[in-house]
Amino acid sequence: MGDVNEVLIIGSGPAGLTAAIYAARAGLEPLVIEGYGAGGQLMITTDVENYPGFPDGVEGPDMMQMFRRQAERFGTRFITADVTRVDLSERPFRAWVGDDEHAADAVIVSTGASAKWLGIEGEQRMMGRGVSACATCDGFFFKDKPVVVVGGGDTAMEEALFLTRMCEGVTIVHRRDEFRASAIMARRVLDNPKITVRWNSVVEDVEGDQVVTGVKVRDTVTGDEDIIPAAAMFVAIGHQPNTSLFEGVLDMDDEGYLRTQPDSTYTNVPGVFACGDVQDTVYRQAVTAAGSGCMAAIDAERWLEAQEAGATDHAGASASAD
Amino acid sequence: MADVIEITSDTFQGLVLESEKPVIVDFWAPWCGPCRMIAPVIDEIARDREDIVVGKLNVDEAPNIAQQYGIQGIPFIGLFQGGQLVKNAVGAMPRAGIEQALGLS
Repeated sequence: MGDVNEVLIIGSGPAGLTAAIYAARAGLEPLVIEGYGAGGQLMITTDVENYPGFPDGVEGPDMMQMFRRQAERFGTRFITADVTRVDLSERPFRAWVGDDEHAADAVIVSTGASAKWLGIEGEQRMMGRGVSACATCDGFFFKDKPVVVVGGGDTAMEEALFLTRMCEGVTIVHRRDEFRASAIMARRVLDNPKITVRWNSVVEDVEGDQVVTGVKVRDTVTGDEDIIPAAAMFVAIGHQPNTSLFEGVLDMDDEGYLRTQPDSTYTNVPGVFACGDVQDTVYRQAVTAAGSGCMAAIDAERWLEAQEAGATDHAGASASAD
Repeated sequence: MADVIEITSDTFQGLVLESEKPVIVDFWAPWCGPCRMIAPVIDEIARDREDIVVGKLNVDEAPNIAQQYGIQGIPFIGLFQGGQLVKNAVGAMPRAGIEQALGLS
C-alpha cells in the first residue's frame, strides 16, 4: 500500500472525469481508477448532439478523450483497471485492484450503469452471433439484412436510426404502446420509412442455430406469437447501476441506485460521495452526470477542509453553494 | 516485451495461420467504442506474454477475413493455433475475462 490519496474516484465517465477536473484544479491530485470500461457509456455512443458546446455534435469516444485530457492536464492520475473490493468502514477508505491497495481520505463513486439484457436463453446463446447491445459496433456485419431493435428509450431510437444506414430494414419491438424516448428522437424514428414498430410486443426467443434467423415476439394484447425474420437483435432496454461493490455498505434503492442526500452528492457514509448515473434515476444524461461530478468534487473538497479544520460533522446537505 | 502487430488481409496467412507460436488476433474497427476500450488490455497482454504473438486486424479493411470466421460482433478476440481458430472472446471485458475465455489463465 502506498500513500493515502486525498481523493479517490472510481469510474471514468463524464461524472468521474468532471469530478477529477474539479478535484485536480483544487490541488487534491485525485487518483481515478477508471476501469476497463474506461470512458463509460459514451464510449459506445456515436453522435452526441445534446452536449452544450458542440454545435456540430461530437463522437462519444472523442468527447471522453477530451474529458480525460482535461483531467490529466491538472494532475489527475489514472489506473486502468476495475476495482475489485472496497472497505468504506473506516478511514482512510480503501479500494483494491486485485492485490493492489489504494487508500484515500475521500471517495467519489461514479461507476455508472451498464446495459441491461432481456435475460432469455436465446439471447445468451447467440451473443456475438447476431445478438448485440452495440449497433455502432456490430451493425456493420448486417449490411442489407433485416434487423430487430428491442426497447423504447433514446438508446433504442439511436440504435435503430443508426442501423437504417446499412441494414435493409429495422423493426423496433417495444412492450408499450408509446416510446419513452425524447420527442425529437421518437419523431425521427416514426418518420423513417425503413423502420417498422411492433407496439405492445415482447421478445420470447431468438431463432437460429449458428446465426440469428429471426426473433420470436408475442403481442401482449392479443397473445399472438410470430417470428420476425432478422439477422440480428440489438437489445436497448435500459441500464442498471454498477453498484455490486457497495452492497450492504452504501444505501441504495430497490433497483440498486445509490441514494444521495437531497441537493448534494453525500451518501450515507461521510466522506463517500456519489455522482452520475450510479445515483441518477431520473435524468441520466452526459451533461447531468458531468454536473453532479462537479458537485461531488466540491462536496469532497469542502468535507476534507472541514475534517482538517477539526470539525466533527460535515457541512450538511443543505449548505448553500456559496 | 512485444508490441501488438498490424495484421491485414495480405499478411493474415503468413502472420497468423502459418505462425509457429499461438496468435491472438483482436478483430476491431475504428468506429467501435468497446474496441477502443479494450485496446489497452490487448497491449498489456502483448507486453506480458512472450509465448504468444498478439496482433490486431481492422475488419473494415479486411471484411473477407471476418466473414471467413463468421464474426458478427466486435471486439472479437480470437486465439489461433496451428492455423485454426481455437478459442475466442466477444465483447469488451476485463483482462481476466479475456484470458479465461482464451484459456490463458
